Amino acid sequence: MKLTLRIWRQNGRADKGRMVSYQLDDVSPDMSFLEMLDVLNERLTLEGEEPVAFDHDCREGICGMCGMVINGVAHGPERATTTCQLHMRHFKDGDTIDIEPWRARAFPVVKDLVVDRSAFDSIIQAGGYVSAPTGSAPDAHATPVPKANADAAFEAAACIGCGACVAACPNGSGMLFTAAKITHLGLLPQGQPERSSRVVDMVAAHDDAGFGGCTNAGECTTVCPKGIPLTTIGRLNRDFLKASAKRSDNA
Amino acid sequence: MTELFSVGDPIADTKAPDGPVETRWDRRRFSAKLVNPANKRKLSVIVVGTGLAGGSAAATLGELGYRVRSYCYQDSPRRAHSIAAQGGINAAKNYRNDGDSVHRLFYDTVKGGDFRSRESNVHRLAQVSVEIIDQCVAQGVPFAREYGGLLDTRSFGGAQVSRTFYARGQTGQQLLLGAYQALERQVAAGTVEMFTRHEMLELIVVDGRARGIVVRDMVTGEISTDLADAVVLASGGYGNVFFLSTNAKGCNVTATWRAHRKGALFANPCYTQIHPTCIPVSGDHQSKLTLMSESLRNDGRVWVPKKAGDDRAAADIPEDERDYYLERIYPAFGNLVPRDIASRAAKNVCDEGRGVGPGGLGVYLDFADAIGRLGRKAVEAKYGNLFEMYERITGEDPYEVPMRIYPAVHYTMGGLWVDYDLQATIPGLFVIGEANFSDHGANRLGASALMQGLADGYFVLPNTIGDYLAAGPFEKLTADHPDVARTRSDVEDRIAKLLAVDGDRTVDSFHRELGRIMWEYCGMERTDAGLRKAIDLIRGLRDEFWQRVRVPGDGEGLNQSLERAGRVADFFELAELMCIDALHRTESCGGHFRAESQTPEGEAERDDENFSYVAAWEFTGTGDAPVLHKEDLIFEYVHPTQRSYK
Repeated sequence: MKLTLRIWRQNGRADKGRMVSYQLDDVSPDMSFLEMLDVLNERLTLEGEEPVAFDHDCREGICGMCGMVINGVAHGPERATTTCQLHMRHFKDGDTIDIEPWRARAFPVVKDLVVDRSAFDSIIQAGGYVSAPTGSAPDAHATPVPKANADAAFEAAACIGCGACVAACPNGSGMLFTAAKITHLGLLPQGQPERSSRVVDMVAAHDDAGFGGCTNAGECTTVCPKGIPLTTIGRLNRDFLKASAKRSDNA
Repeated sequence: MTELFSVGDPIADTKAPDGPVETRWDRRRFSAKLVNPANKRKLSVIVVGTGLAGGSAAATLGELGYRVRSYCYQDSPRRAHSIAAQGGINAAKNYRNDGDSVHRLFYDTVKGGDFRSRESNVHRLAQVSVEIIDQCVAQGVPFAREYGGLLDTRSFGGAQVSRTFYARGQTGQQLLLGAYQALERQVAAGTVEMFTRHEMLELIVVDGRARGIVVRDMVTGEISTDLADAVVLASGGYGNVFFLSTNAKGCNVTATWRAHRKGALFANPCYTQIHPTCIPVSGDHQSKLTLMSESLRNDGRVWVPKKAGDDRAAADIPEDERDYYLERIYPAFGNLVPRDIASRAAKNVCDEGRGVGPGGLGVYLDFADAIGRLGRKAVEAKYGNLFEMYERITGEDPYEVPMRIYPAVHYTMGGLWVDYDLQATIPGLFVIGEANFSDHGANRLGASALMQGLADGYFVLPNTIGDYLAAGPFEKLTADHPDVARTRSDVEDRIAKLLAVDGDRTVDSFHRELGRIMWEYCGMERTDAGLRKAIDLIRGLRDEFWQRVRVPGDGEGLNQSLERAGRVADFFELAELMCIDALHRTESCGGHFRAESQTPEGEAERDDENFSYVAAWEFTGTGDAPVLHKEDLIFEYVHPTQRSYK
């Protein structure tokens, strides 16, 4: 396949950045999207140009490190697919492909397609855990968990923290990520004691990190590679209201 | 062979307590010195790596009150490669009442490791496994449940009891997120300071003790030193020496290799687990290999054409012209023989020219029978997500045509030598998880790596490191101490050297070539002649690397080529040691198959008489003959027997 790539190049935070065109003549449909970029980078290196920086690691769709906006869509055209699991057979010979980084206020560009997603860690630090110090646990069978709850908690826990939801959201909101964690822990008995403080603190951390508010646009779930549903945000909202009401009662 | 290495003193003390194996860990814990809680605040520990071992260790040490600084090369500790583990985690809970016990898990693991691991360590692992499940459930890890609300389990290779706990096909992800969340909780509490996108490039040793690391900030390029009372390496395995492997692209050997160069012994480097069910390579562009769960072999039948060079489509090959070779050679276990056996059998039929798919490097994993027997719906319910993943990568529909699979490098059982306390031969340096060599012997059973990572991080290291730290705090050091400054300038020189070569070959081209050499000569089957040839080729390629590599850009900011170049440079040195280790071990065991050591039926032949030891190597210089130190393995409880699956 012959392709024209238009890639966002930005040399560090201070640089303004611009789209640059590259031609590739020997793309195999069996390549993954990242392998196609590897081929480009090999060529750029030999031509004395700097290769395109992009984040990636496991290349199995689970670490959440890869992510770029491809033709305007986070992670590209295939539904429920990370960039590393997107293959070139989904493109046509002669295509022009636009490749850009996640664009969101809370995710500053580091270089080219690499962005800083550490704001997600700060949301988890605010309460995205169960306070269970090592060695203090009761026997695992001491608290049964209904299978339906465990399964639903797993569905939410499958979030890989890639940030596609933020990149797709017109407000740059990280609410789907936050809601996935709140849903995961909120559905399990182990997560109950901290349920109220968790949702209040995580939402506050979310806002502090510079993410925009959620207006139920729904773009986030459309691009989510793990299919985290919009209902998790509904659950977050209910928990948040309840917790806020309780808090003002106590005040 | 004497020109390739020399033999030094045997390892005299592993610190393993003697006496009954069931009480060794309890007695060691009791004998370990404790640190007064008020003094813990004065003690600092550096933890490198945030996978199951490093993440759980940093979180637990933080909880205990030590001042912890945690490092990872990813943009978040949640992305460490433990996240990709699919299958499950073993624990001797006996929730099924099927006869499981700590002793049985201990027994299965020693046997599964082909009698090349330590009884003391493995028994402790089995003991602690029970607590791991409790801990993870308390953290909110959503393990699979039965309808009654209790935990579900399944069985895995190498065991006849159902002791594997799992969370769909993403157990590693869920366990890692549990550890990551515990870690972030400590970050918020101020006990752990987290450094992401930082790579350890050197170990700092002062007065014979590990006292810190040199790191590069991968965003700014800044080189800095960090000093502490102890250093913990939890930096994973080195399977990427083969270039193509199931490891994440960033997995590397640098942290452990740099420590090895500073005096830490490197044990059993030649033990590489090759996983039999991987999606085959599709072309030269291939950057990594993806595993298909081993569970597929419960229903899929493995076959190749009987005739060499038969290039008909699978459907056009009649039943009597197919060779279901695993069922033929191993009638008792059939398609479910262990990983090492299945991998080598696939290699053999491909070597005979009977492989399928591009390049003839593949065998069929066929579900036609299962679909006929159970119906498509039932197969979809059991394996649907795996079939989808296969189709996504290959573009072929496995409901219509058989899958193609081929073995791939998966997990490395070798690593830095550690004693019973998980301490390396440099005092103050502790090594945990896949980065050490200790618990899996020459072969790793399924669902045991996650168990070891969490056992080391949550339960073992936090107990043993206190015994060392009780003697601290050690002499206060600053960045301008001559040893510290020298180590730091070594790193700067090395980076400058890599950038200055300015040659005409890319880092990846060298890495690929090294990988091909390793796969060919130090992969599934090794021979004396092949390994000698590999050593020559590696040395030649290493010299060429330092003359012709091209690293674009500079050291001043994010430079992914520079990151890779430093790692590949270390892989070259490790590769040579792997070949020397494989050459000296003239027996076959677990992940190490020497063609010269096989039974008349072509099965692996162990040589307990001469090789029942851990091979721990001492570094003497790049390209110089390393020194072999042997740690004899003693089996008091599980007596070595030949494995047979016929």
